[in-house]
Amino acid sequence: MNEKRRILRNSAVQALIASLLCIVLGMLIGYIVLLFINPTGAWDAIMEVMKNFLHYSKHSLRIKNFGNTLVKTAPLLMCSLSVLFAYKVGLFNIGVAGQYVIGTCASLYAALAWGWAWLPCMLIAIVAGALYGGIVGLLKAYCNVNEVISGIMLNWIGLYMTNMLLTTVKETTSPYTYHLKDSAAQALLPTAGLEKFFNNNTYVTIAVPLSIILAVFIAILLDKTKFGYELKATGNNKNAAKYCGMAEKQNIILTLVIAGALASLGGALLYLTDYEQWQCTASSVPGMGFNGIAAAFLGGLNPIGTIFSSYFIQHITSGGAYVDKTMYCSQISDLISSIIIYLCGFVLFIKYAINRSLDRHDEKQAQKKKSLAATPEESRKGGDK
Amino acid sequence: MLLLIQYTLIFSSVLILVALGGCFSEHSGVINLGLEGVMVIGALGGALMMRYAPEGLPSIVLVLLVLLAAIVSGMLYSSLLAVACINFKADQTIVGTALNLLGTAAATVLVKAINTATNPNDVSSTIQYIEQKKAFIVNIGSFEFNWFMVIAFIALAAAYITLYKTRFGLRLMACGEHPQAADSVGINVYKMRWSGVLISGMLGGLGGICYILAGVSEWKFENGVAGFGFLALAVMIFGQWKPIRIGLAALLFGFFRALSNVYFGFGFLVSLNIPGSVYNMMPYVISLLVLALTSGKSRAPKAEGIPYDKGSR
Repeated sequence: MNEKRRILRNSAVQALIASLLCIVLGMLIGYIVLLFINPTGAWDAIMEVMKNFLHYSKHSLRIKNFGNTLVKTAPLLMCSLSVLFAYKVGLFNIGVAGQYVIGTCASLYAALAWGWAWLPCMLIAIVAGALYGGIVGLLKAYCNVNEVISGIMLNWIGLYMTNMLLTTVKETTSPYTYHLKDSAAQALLPTAGLEKFFNNNTYVTIAVPLSIILAVFIAILLDKTKFGYELKATGNNKNAAKYCGMAEKQNIILTLVIAGALASLGGALLYLTDYEQWQCTASSVPGMGFNGIAAAFLGGLNPIGTIFSSYFIQHITSGGAYVDKTMYCSQISDLISSIIIYLCGFVLFIKYAINRSLDRHDEKQAQKKKSLAATPEESRKGGDK
Repeated sequence: MLLLIQYTLIFSSVLILVALGGCFSEHSGVINLGLEGVMVIGALGGALMMRYAPEGLPSIVLVLLVLLAAIVSGMLYSSLLAVACINFKADQTIVGTALNLLGTAAATVLVKAINTATNPNDVSSTIQYIEQKKAFIVNIGSFEFNWFMVIAFIALAAAYITLYKTRFGLRLMACGEHPQAADSVGINVYKMRWSGVLISGMLGGLGGICYILAGVSEWKFENGVAGFGFLALAVMIFGQWKPIRIGLAALLFGFFRALSNVYFGFGFLVSLNIPGSVYNMMPYVISLLVLALTSGKSRAPKAEGIPYDKGSR
């Protein structure tokens, strides 16, 4: 019993409980919303969202679609790492969506217009994203501009710039950019034999393992290095960090440069697989970046936890495609993930509630012990009289 | 030229309404980053009212009903922010962001469900209101006068009076500056913050319905409101959290937003041969530049963004 309570005290366990609670509650609220819209198919719809690729009964199709979910998990993981990294330094990188778009733009343009190979395409995406994130950092450090507002502005600027630039490399009859397979096969990410595990799904590339390696790398960078410590110290108290001789402005800029690079690498990791083409008439920023925010918080702001939460968010997002279109639309998974982010706001409260109930229990326990110890003394006193 | 003035005025009205909403919320001490979502939900409430209101209503009744629907839905939606941030002390940035995502997602799901229910082949997230829109517009020559221009002006005056001339407004501002001090003289900080957020929901909802009535006569809810809630926050910062300055800032931003709608009406702008995307980008670029120049010495309400906890010092 005591052992169980000690486990509950562990903050990692608490984070896990809180995240699971958010997921369950999010699903439940989503279900209730669906009931209101159309009571007959609500349960099936929620099940389809949860099942995703298990929708198919054939093993080969399942494994192929599992691969597709992984293909989109890699960029999502990069986006959520970007949000997480900045959040550890006390910055809310909502510009992640724009940085992701800029990465897409740079890598696709380099591949299609200049015919670059995949590695330089990836590198130019990283550089572009780093610069783009750096703008937010510069504005924050030197002009005191709230990073949320400048991030949003840059999201829209990035979207329109990308539409403008990629229009020069789009198919003449459609708003989509050329397929890499036909026009720039040299820029396709290598699969390194991974496709064999997924029923020859060639979209599964080195992007998937690379993103996981980067998550581990970020975990080490934040927790085990002096650089990570300095960044976190800056996030906790800018003035204290400055007092200790850390270059706090430089740290803020550097954080957003790294966050921008991570997000834009995500863009490259998706679009260089040729899984999707960019739509040059896109009128809103892709949801990938915003889902990254959901994944970062759902993962308890832990890089390793983020790997799992990114997969989960992508799993339900992909699952949205299988719902019965005569009753609902695929956006119900967006609805569920946004409810989950909303609930993530309560994580602190959940942890507080767990701790308080534990404290209360301990207090009661201590009081009981005290009264047990005190009783014989009292009776002895009485006897002396 | 008249068209440019007309669009500038209507977009400024949107910005004034929403920025004033943000202003009330921040003066009470809560950062309402969810204004974008509040706008979407307010617009949804108003649009649904226009769709389902019985035909043949006198236009003044229709206008009032639509305004009421937008206000109520905006207030209800913003109470989600209030519960989380005031009573549960949640992170205001996360909750605000969640509300933005939730607003667009919920509106899309709902409208699509309504559309497919009436016509199984219709999977769009668009609501049309061509006829109903006419109730809001008075044609003066070729100038389309929109009632929202008056509403925004009234809101501006009312906000100024409420904030600076009434007991409620001054108390509200005290809660955003130093909630502990306000509490010590018997002001209920939680109540004040709730009213700040609810007022922002009301104005945000109004701004939302105003935005979708500006220029177009159908709205695709998948697109949300295209960052307008955040433009309004930029207007609020540029306006230094003061109603009159917010009004002036909104005119400036509204002008650039209007330009992207009507630039093709100007011979010399078309002859420059700049792609449309540049004009679309313009309001955002301008707001970034303006923020960079003015944020340095900006004076935000001191206690904004910090949850109020009676027990802490």
